Amino acid sequence: MSAPSVTTAPGLTSESSRAAGLPGTLAQALLLSRYQLRDYLRARRFVLMMAIVGIIGAIITFVLSYYHGAGLNGDPDAFYGSLWGGGVYVVIIFSGIIFGGDAIAGEFQNKTGYFLMGLPIRRTSVYTGKFLAALAASLVAVLFYLAILVANGSYYLGVDAFPLSLLESFAIAVLYLLALLGAVFLFSSMFKNSLYAVLVVAVLFLFGFSIIDELLVVLVKIEPWFIIDYARPLLSYPFTSPLPLHKALGFGPTGRPETVYNPTYPEGLAIMAGYFVLTSLAGLVLFEREEFT
Amino acid sequence: MSPSLEARGLTRRFGSFTALDNLNLKVEGSKCVGFLGPNGAGKTTTLKMFTDLIFPTAGEAFVNGVSAQADRKRALASCGVLIETPEIYGSLTPREALEMIGGLRGMAAREVRRRTDDVLAEVRMTEWADQKVGRFSKGMKQRVNIASTLLSDPEVLLLDEPSTGLDPRGVAEVRDIIRGLKRENRLVFFSSHLLSEVVDVCDEVALLNHGKLLFHDTLANVTGRFVAGATDVNAEFVEPIADELVKGSIAMIPGVEGWTRQDPRRLTLTISGGPAAKAGALEALVALHKGLVSFKESRSALEEVYLSQVTDGES
Repeated sequence: MSAPSVTTAPGLTSESSRAAGLPGTLAQALLLSRYQLRDYLRARRFVLMMAIVGIIGAIITFVLSYYHGAGLNGDPDAFYGSLWGGGVYVVIIFSGIIFGGDAIAGEFQNKTGYFLMGLPIRRTSVYTGKFLAALAASLVAVLFYLAILVANGSYYLGVDAFPLSLLESFAIAVLYLLALLGAVFLFSSMFKNSLYAVLVVAVLFLFGFSIIDELLVVLVKIEPWFIIDYARPLLSYPFTSPLPLHKALGFGPTGRPETVYNPTYPEGLAIMAGYFVLTSLAGLVLFEREEFT
Repeated sequence: MSPSLEARGLTRRFGSFTALDNLNLKVEGSKCVGFLGPNGAGKTTTLKMFTDLIFPTAGEAFVNGVSAQADRKRALASCGVLIETPEIYGSLTPREALEMIGGLRGMAAREVRRRTDDVLAEVRMTEWADQKVGRFSKGMKQRVNIASTLLSDPEVLLLDEPSTGLDPRGVAEVRDIIRGLKRENRLVFFSSHLLSEVVDVCDEVALLNHGKLLFHDTLANVTGRFVAGATDVNAEFVEPIADELVKGSIAMIPGVEGWTRQDPRRLTLTISGGPAAKAGALEALVALHKGLVSFKESRSALEEVYLSQVTDGES
């Protein structure tokens, strides 16, 4: 659609002063995120997310208890490397889907957008506010998972067995969460139907990207540096020494030797940061152009 | 500066369908303007472009002189909007939802609290103020929506069929609320299917059909301009009216062009000649001493206009 010519009629004094009293874009986003988060925390979806994390935590606790922590060898890096580094992405993906999947699509489908968009607020504020709320709610879930692991770790390894590498991995997990939410919000902005948005996000992040990643390596024989899934092993890198080679010979799904790629630290961080920035901006651009028809 | 709304060449096409065709309309000042039209006429499309919910194919919409397309935030700064029965986040209470709106509008916390109590009382939702909105009926949600549009005491109110979803009592209450909204330095612009609602509260009407503005004028001018012909009036008596009496007396009353019997005590008279002829007919019917208990136009003047113009517009 062609953009209309933009003009402003004379005599804006009273509106200008009125508008001057409005909070800025970021202030409105923060305020909106507060109420959106409150809505999330009281909703069934939050209970569902906590239940998912609780079940995962219960299974981990049961398995550890059953085998009496066998294989840990008193090594915190091994413990957190496998349970946190290798498992937190599941919590991140689920929380991204649950809190972000319908964040934008739901505004159209559930008509909550009409409640917000009649207000003097930029779409950027709405998008940012909802993003921050989804991020905060997801972080609660991630912290809950971390608390379960730390409780188990303290029991089996001692209360002082809290490696700094866990903090490093946590920071990477937050970046991965940002990247995932950016992509989730992009897909959510593409659809006006929450179900489609959630389905596409779930399929892509739970196994879609993994399959694409595998196909690219095995069939196309290129490094899949543009797939978010490729950067995921970074979550366990802080617990791994030495780091895997960037390019090595391994065995593919058919058992034949294949070139295996592992992201370098800078590469993995750049992929996550790139996904966050590019998908967030693309989602925002889509939302700015989306109409409440 | 008085509150205003202006559409300049506002056009919206959806593919080959033109929902709104070059709308040029300016309403200004402290008044209530009814925006009428059949389903699909383009009323909601117009209101959505005034609030930047959809974008024009051509033209521009101004609220208080500020283009909604150029700067929606500034345009809507002193505007309360209610379009399409919005949903409120289900886990929030009306009080929290209104607090959020007050905050987003930059109102001081104390003012938000005071106004929240006021507007919730106005829409009779005080006792539900701290219950989660998700449990409310559609009508209750609509009351909270109305409260949210009033919270900041805006200069311009854009309301899209505000009675939607309300029971008859709710419709009457909304009508009272809208009537109460008319005050100095406030422009109320609302679309409605309920012509009686428009007649009751509006000073001006604009009629839209097939995306084109048919007219915009004061209610008196509109009815005066378009209702020049005969109107049907229902007359009800205590005593039965014999055909002989109708033919011999009632049909002879000046201005009465025809009659139809509804039942032994009720007649529909077709009267031409405007208000004077109707007044004369009323006096003559009273003089029959048959216990005239009701003398009422079968359709309001605006309804006559609406039906004639919308039908004409479709041809």
